[in-house]
Amino acid sequence: LSAAPEVPKEDGRPKWDNKFQYLLSCIGFAVGLGNVWRFPYLCQIHGGGAFLIPYFIALLFEGIPLLHLELALGQCLRKGSIKAWNTISPYLGGVGVGTWMVSVLVSLYYNTVLTWVMWYFINSFQEPLPWSVCPLNENRTGFNEECYQSTAVNYFWYRKTLNITPDIAESGTLQWWLILCLATCWAIVYLCTIRGIETTGKAIYVTAIFPYLVLTIFLIQGLTLPGATEGLIYLFTPNLNTLKNPRVWLDAATQIFFSLSLAFGGLIAFASYNPTKNDCEKDAVTVAIVNSMTSLYASIPVFSVLGFKATTAYWDCLDRNIINIINEFDLPEESIVRQNYTSWISFLNSSYPEKIAGLKLKSCDLQEFLDQSVSGTGLAFIVFTQAIILMPGSQAWAILFFIMLFSLGLSSMFGNIEGVFTPLLELQIIPKSAPKELLSGIICLISFLIALCFTLGSGSYWIDIFDRYAGSVPLLVIAFFEVIGVVYIYKIKRFTNDVEWMTGRKLNLFWQITWRFISPLLLLIVFMAFVALQMQKPPSYTAWNPKYEGFPMKEEKVYPPWVQAICVLLAALPCVCIPLVALFHLVKQKHRSKDPSFVAPEVFSCQGANS
Amino acid sequence: RISNVLLCNVTDRVSFWFVVTDSSKNVTTVPGSEVEAAIRMNRNRINNAFLLSDKTLQFLKITSTLSPPAEPSTPVWLIVFGVVLCLIVAGIVFLIVSGIQKHKKKNKESTEREKLEEKVEVTLENGIPCEALDLKAGHINGVFGADDERFTSL
Repeated sequence: LSAAPEVPKEDGRPKWDNKFQYLLSCIGFAVGLGNVWRFPYLCQIHGGGAFLIPYFIALLFEGIPLLHLELALGQCLRKGSIKAWNTISPYLGGVGVGTWMVSVLVSLYYNTVLTWVMWYFINSFQEPLPWSVCPLNENRTGFNEECYQSTAVNYFWYRKTLNITPDIAESGTLQWWLILCLATCWAIVYLCTIRGIETTGKAIYVTAIFPYLVLTIFLIQGLTLPGATEGLIYLFTPNLNTLKNPRVWLDAATQIFFSLSLAFGGLIAFASYNPTKNDCEKDAVTVAIVNSMTSLYASIPVFSVLGFKATTAYWDCLDRNIINIINEFDLPEESIVRQNYTSWISFLNSSYPEKIAGLKLKSCDLQEFLDQSVSGTGLAFIVFTQAIILMPGSQAWAILFFIMLFSLGLSSMFGNIEGVFTPLLELQIIPKSAPKELLSGIICLISFLIALCFTLGSGSYWIDIFDRYAGSVPLLVIAFFEVIGVVYIYKIKRFTNDVEWMTGRKLNLFWQITWRFISPLLLLIVFMAFVALQMQKPPSYTAWNPKYEGFPMKEEKVYPPWVQAICVLLAALPCVCIPLVALFHLVKQKHRSKDPSFVAPEVFSCQGANS
Repeated sequence: RISNVLLCNVTDRVSFWFVVTDSSKNVTTVPGSEVEAAIRMNRNRINNAFLLSDKTLQFLKITSTLSPPAEPSTPVWLIVFGVVLCLIVAGIVFLIVSGIQKHKKKNKESTEREKLEEKVEVTLENGIPCEALDLKAGHINGVFGADDERFTSL
């Protein structure tokens, strides 16, 4: 009823305004925070330019085939994930339920990450930036102890933003500022997804294109910073020896898989609003290539800025040593500068070794500073914010950076919410006469209330758990069953005919080979390697504990048993849907086959439904 | 006055020792702790007098005190947050209201269309337009009209 503006097809299903909107939505869904803060990190630790080799191999044999499969499926069946898999085979209905569950779990924690981004964004309007100075302690004689021992940036993140507890078992209290930001984020999500693709289709023009603008601005600015070239050389210098480590190949495969947002059901939902006669093959290749190019493009400004930060830290280290030496030896100002520091040090070490030893100078090594690699939230909220303080005009850079992160995350949220919304709409949870706005409102409200748990003191530990267990293993399992289901249960011949009818040309042999053998095999290997790696040591986490002896290093702790049980539950729940639903249908079938009036359901075909 | 300056312990850097005398109290030297406290409080003025900063003018054993960062009365982030929230709520209200209006318009259109169809149906009852029935005095039914003699004349 609220789908009035566009001309509905005969089945009353809403559709995209134009092809560009659809492509942009898929690209926005695929391009997310991981492209900015995970890919550059992986490049750095896995031998720079050499990482691109396993990355592109994984893209070719795992990413693109699976993407093509999902888009073709959604376009042919024209239904959301749950109904689509029910149509292929009632025994595979569990795959749809599993993807729906994963979308729910990921939406919950992903929006909380956006909450943190929003908090930093609204704090970027101050002069000086609140994460650049330490607050003073009570009697104003010195800085706050926790802040002084670590850094101002760390303090702002762990204390002022998260107010983190030293242990996951201690929940702490709800942080009211985070609750406000969380409410705002869910309100924004509601505003954009209020009528499904009718509203997200308009919002995506901004949220998908804006990050590219900001990345370009950061690229230009980053390249002009001192030390940028060191960072870039460090990033891209290939070290082919790392390819011998199987960990590199595993990371490449998982990165491609999660980066393309496969097995969430969102892509199927997006494709289901397409006209059936659409070239899904070209779409899949386009989306995958744009996603990978964005990762590469984003790593350039990221590493320019990291190189700049490392160089500045190196210069600070040198300057501190120089001041100490000048003070100790009563040398005139400007006698020792950075350029002749090494010659001076060697001279003084040979002539006055005891004095030099007494100074306890820190060894300054640029390589060491470059080696400090961080990924994920640490990159954005600690390392990057520190670099932004050093840039001239830091408020503007901070505002731009956090708006970019917010847009990247928001466009991915659209896909997640669509993966939750479309199946519920089709299952007709709410009566048909009720407006769509009600369903999206209910989804956003319930998600907000559940996500309040993440605003507790221990919230960020829980988000790590959700990220590691709910957003990883189930997706691999579901994708494996997706491929097997389409190829061997729906039958590859039928699917090939459907795709050929949709694209209007013969299917390339490449797709046949990858769908039938290579992709399922790769998925199986990746899944087993992933699980084996997780099982190697008991799951642990690093906690921020000011009372720890090694502070400001983070304390390594093991998860208590009840938390480990929750981890297993999160990973197993979506996967267990698949056999459960199959079993349920098997039992139903057995009862039905005894009924004489039973008529076998007719076989579904893409052309049959739409000719 | 030059008599108050003594040269000793020459180093490469410009450095000097000084004592502060209190002329009102019989030219005695002021104790070191008081001088230290005074320098701590007026560090800025002393730096400015020499056109130097904390980094270039060092007092041995006196670390610089810290000035608290300026805190505005309302935290800036609350203001920004308020602005953002107002915009979003306005957007949501606008979309919901426009959705309700469209819904009402569609309902009105569909009920009007239904009424129109009903009227058209009623006037076509039995295949004979009602207007035709109203206008003429009647429609002569040929079956009964043929046999006039059967009927008794009035």
